[in-house]
Amino acid sequence: MSLHSNLDTLYRQVIMDHYKNPRNRGELEGETLHVNMNNPTCGDRIQLQLKVEDEKIVEAKFVGEGCSISLSSASMMTEAVKGRTVEEALDMADIFSSMMQGQDYDDEKYDLGDIEALQGVTKFPARIKCATLAWKAMEKGFHDTDSE
Amino acid sequence: MDVKEIRKQFPILHQEVNGHPLVYLDSAATSQKPAKVIEKLDDYYRRYNSNVHRGVHTLGSIATDEYEGAREKVRSFIHASSIQEVVFTRGTTTAINTVAQSYGRTRLKAGDEIVITPMEHHSNLIPWQQLAKVTGATLKYIPLQEDGTLSLDDVRETITSNTKIVAAAHVSNVLGTINPIKEIARIAHENEAVILVDGAQGAPHMKVDVQELDCDFYAFSGHKMGGPTGIGALYGKKQLLENMEPVEFGGEMIDFVDLYDSTWKELPWKFEGGTPIIAGAVGLGAAIDFLEDIGLENIEKHEEELAAYALDKLQEVDGLHIYGPKERAGLVTFNIDDVHPHDVATVLDAEGIAVRAGHHCAQPLMKWLDVAATARASFYVYNTKEDIDALTEGLIKTKEYFGDVFA
Repeated sequence: MSLHSNLDTLYRQVIMDHYKNPRNRGELEGETLHVNMNNPTCGDRIQLQLKVEDEKIVEAKFVGEGCSISLSSASMMTEAVKGRTVEEALDMADIFSSMMQGQDYDDEKYDLGDIEALQGVTKFPARIKCATLAWKAMEKGFHDTDSE
Repeated sequence: MDVKEIRKQFPILHQEVNGHPLVYLDSAATSQKPAKVIEKLDDYYRRYNSNVHRGVHTLGSIATDEYEGAREKVRSFIHASSIQEVVFTRGTTTAINTVAQSYGRTRLKAGDEIVITPMEHHSNLIPWQQLAKVTGATLKYIPLQEDGTLSLDDVRETITSNTKIVAAAHVSNVLGTINPIKEIARIAHENEAVILVDGAQGAPHMKVDVQELDCDFYAFSGHKMGGPTGIGALYGKKQLLENMEPVEFGGEMIDFVDLYDSTWKELPWKFEGGTPIIAGAVGLGAAIDFLEDIGLENIEKHEEELAAYALDKLQEVDGLHIYGPKERAGLVTFNIDDVHPHDVATVLDAEGIAVRAGHHCAQPLMKWLDVAATARASFYVYNTKEDIDALTEGLIKTKEYFGDVFA
């Protein structure tokens, strides 16, 4: 995997690992928050399910089709938000968004873990939307609930 | 045809992208522009920028002559019988929407049929979907053969005496299929329907003779044939255009304006409300000169050779699937096992190779192919076999790069 150092900043080992072995891929039984989101410019789509109890995300799963970046990001996102409160998860989405825009972000507030491997995406502007798809789906899910 | 000499005339091609010489294989999305077109635009803005058809002043006359001169070039390029049949539009999309709105809305009713194909670009699909919804007409599809072509038996089966409009791509932007327009037009006319041809992937690449095709409308875009963005043309048979109402009202398209009523200019100007796309039209004229100097037959032959070479050469890539028929226009749409087309496009881009990845504005066709997205390499007059060799190399590298992941 060292053919192209520039590419390697995008396709980090840990990303490829999430792509090959996605965490939380599948569907949840019972009552869940269900969000469908697609990227109309490229056809990537994700179906995200979140189970929230007492304001806390206790389960998160996804199914979908997409590239290595969008699927690995979905895998990482579901891992990161599990066990977090809705408020914390939305806050993490803001932090992730700042990271994707190449802005300074608070890397100590939460343990971002594997997510920081996606930093390389900022050097590939055409792929930022791939990385943010799953996070946007989560935000959409909670914002739609808020408005109800 | 000397491709080396032709390449010299495209300034943009002579650069490095990500440390590699640019290999531009996305001309079906938009073509690059020869220096003559760029200079023509520059010249227009530097020397004679003026509004057309009004001022008495000298620059206004030059601009009008150039603008109308470009219309004559388009007429001759598509072999229309009169400049009255050539309407400048923003592009193919606007041209098709003009017909759907102006011709379709007043003539279609519940029980009528609009017939299209599953290989249409969204721009030749959604206007008809919307027209069907508004008028209550039925939208019908001529089914595709397994190889992505149309059979005339299916065409005959689908078009009926209830069909009022048939719309089809001259060339598919995904499959490269070249449709038998002349035959489809004959079947449409036997059923007293009109036919619109989406020529976005046709006109740039092959000689188009609208009279020989006997199509009623033909739409195409300048930016896919060496011209600027924001200009295209709608060809329509005179007796049809004459009986159609404009869809845009305002300056430039009027004859007399009174407080409560107005009359329209004659063809084609009644369809060109507002200050027209003067620079765009003038640039398109220069692009047509450029293409005609090379010869459309030569361009078509060159692209056919490139497509045939690509179909053969790409066999060297393990796990590559190519969509569409063997006989095709100059583009190849494909997927590689286990690698998403976005990832393919990113790895190729790192090698300086520009291809398109996604659904190519043809979501129903993606569904038919049973894929979420594909990658596409498309060729034009400036592409070479070396470009296809570079693509093949790039794809082999892609496969190696991602091979480890699923090993």
